[in-house]
Amino acid sequence: MLKRVHFPASLLPYLLVAPQVIITLIFFIWPASQAVYQSFLIEDAFGFSTEFVWFENFEYLLQDDHYRDSFGRTIFFSAAVAFLSMSFALILAGFADRVIRGSTTYRTLLIWPYAVAPVLAGALFLFMFNPTIGIFPYLLEMVGYDWNHYLNGSQAMFLVIIAAAWKQVAYNFLFYLAAMQSIPRSIIEAAAIDGAGPIRRFATIIFPLISPTTFFLLVINAVYAFFETFGIIHAVTQGGPANSTTTLVYKVYNDGFIGLDLGGSAAQSVILMFLVIVMTVIQFRFIEKRVQY
Amino acid sequence: MVENRPLLSILAHIVLLLGVAIVALPVWITIVGASHEAERMLQTPIPMLPGDQFFVNLRQTLWGSGLEGTNTAPVWMMLMNSMIMALMIAIGKIAISLLSAFAIVYFKFPFRMGFFWMIFITLMLPVEVRILPTFEVIADLGMLNSYWGLTVPLIASATATFMFRQVFLTIPDEMLESARIDGAGPMRFFWDIVIPLSRTNIAALFVILFIYGWNQYLWPLLITTDTDMMTIVVSIKQMLEAAEQSPQWNIIMMTALLAMIPPIFVVIAMQKLFVQGLTETDK
Repeated sequence: MLKRVHFPASLLPYLLVAPQVIITLIFFIWPASQAVYQSFLIEDAFGFSTEFVWFENFEYLLQDDHYRDSFGRTIFFSAAVAFLSMSFALILAGFADRVIRGSTTYRTLLIWPYAVAPVLAGALFLFMFNPTIGIFPYLLEMVGYDWNHYLNGSQAMFLVIIAAAWKQVAYNFLFYLAAMQSIPRSIIEAAAIDGAGPIRRFATIIFPLISPTTFFLLVINAVYAFFETFGIIHAVTQGGPANSTTTLVYKVYNDGFIGLDLGGSAAQSVILMFLVIVMTVIQFRFIEKRVQY
Repeated sequence: MVENRPLLSILAHIVLLLGVAIVALPVWITIVGASHEAERMLQTPIPMLPGDQFFVNLRQTLWGSGLEGTNTAPVWMMLMNSMIMALMIAIGKIAISLLSAFAIVYFKFPFRMGFFWMIFITLMLPVEVRILPTFEVIADLGMLNSYWGLTVPLIASATATFMFRQVFLTIPDEMLESARIDGAGPMRFFWDIVIPLSRTNIAALFVILFIYGWNQYLWPLLITTDTDMMTIVVSIKQMLEAAEQSPQWNIIMMTALLAMIPPIFVVIAMQKLFVQGLTETDK
């Protein structure tokens, strides 16, 4: 961690870490501790008095059907986004790994959605699925299916899932392709000589060998779907209709900034912090294992 | 390729082209939408091929009054705000992370590990989980509606610090030994040896952080109430809301396109650095 050869202690290293540490203290640690503190308080409707209530906010949240529904919904949303975008990326990476010429061209053509902001991805899908003018509702109507995500909760959920998954395909594709290209060719050639066809080789050699990447991507996609899809939901559905797309992060925003329920919002923040810590620990523990294969 | 199966290769290309088409479809429809007149975009089915109004729409979007019924700044101004925000975030993150990683790797001083863990903790506190209290801090400091308020709270970075720490640890000890024999002090060593040796890593990180900064949404949404400070990514949402009353999809799609182009250009033009940056920061 420290260099064997290093400079002696002086004022300088403190000055060097100062900007980072000051920003961390003011904008990270202090607000986070405020969130923890506020989660133990209940403020009356006019903001005149606050009362220290221990875990009442948490008890209330855990008994609140809206919150529990939103928890389950977020897990479903994350699982769907991860599954959809990872399997699509896996198929494409599997074929891209096969082509001799042009795999870099395909990579270029597939990675750019990474750069599209979530809210823009939401806007594009909203345009394609707009009930009055969108192209997909028009096509669906021809086969007799009525699309209106402003009224139908499952359709709204489907729309935010595909918008979120679309953006994440690029990332998953990049990591899957890199993982496949790092498998020694000799293993695959040996299997081919033994008579294993492409599908068999994929199922018994390639897929197991890239399983560390799959696990890594699972964590990354879960984090993405939990925390970075706010823009998509805000643009496409605003959590509706009837809360059918309100995820945990959207609910923190909505209860805090629109509903102005400080204690409740802070308690939700604290629960989210706990989730991030769990995910970070999983990610770090796993990365130690990834090196060994 | 391990065996010669022409049919399978053809299938591979077909699947890949299909994949590219599916991925590109939303953007194709955006380009089509941005190249027609507003009236045309209200008749179903909407066109699937570009029209001839692209440059008319572009001019109207960039310099015109923008969308009717919205309270957004002119698009060129929002593009500039986004650019300033993205550059400030990327440069700020890189600068403070380089300095703190240098201190942690090259100095032995009390509380060194304490600082390291403090920086590590920021990894677990994304903006999304501490929205309200951070907003209060910014409001108390009078930083609402300013570039500082937009960027400074986002520039603390554990990932960048870790990445630079890894890079610095690979610099051979002999470098420092010889620099010291030649009489170089710490800052001289930092500028003349450490920075040049980590140049590609800095560039790779810059690509990732520029995209990260440009695409910020929740934070600018809260911090900017003044239309002059609005970023292009945030304005899309306002336009979508206005579209419910006066649908001008051609202008909205053109704005969306303009908001996407800079980060996409960076990814494609600097693909190698982008890939390096992505894989390095997630380790």
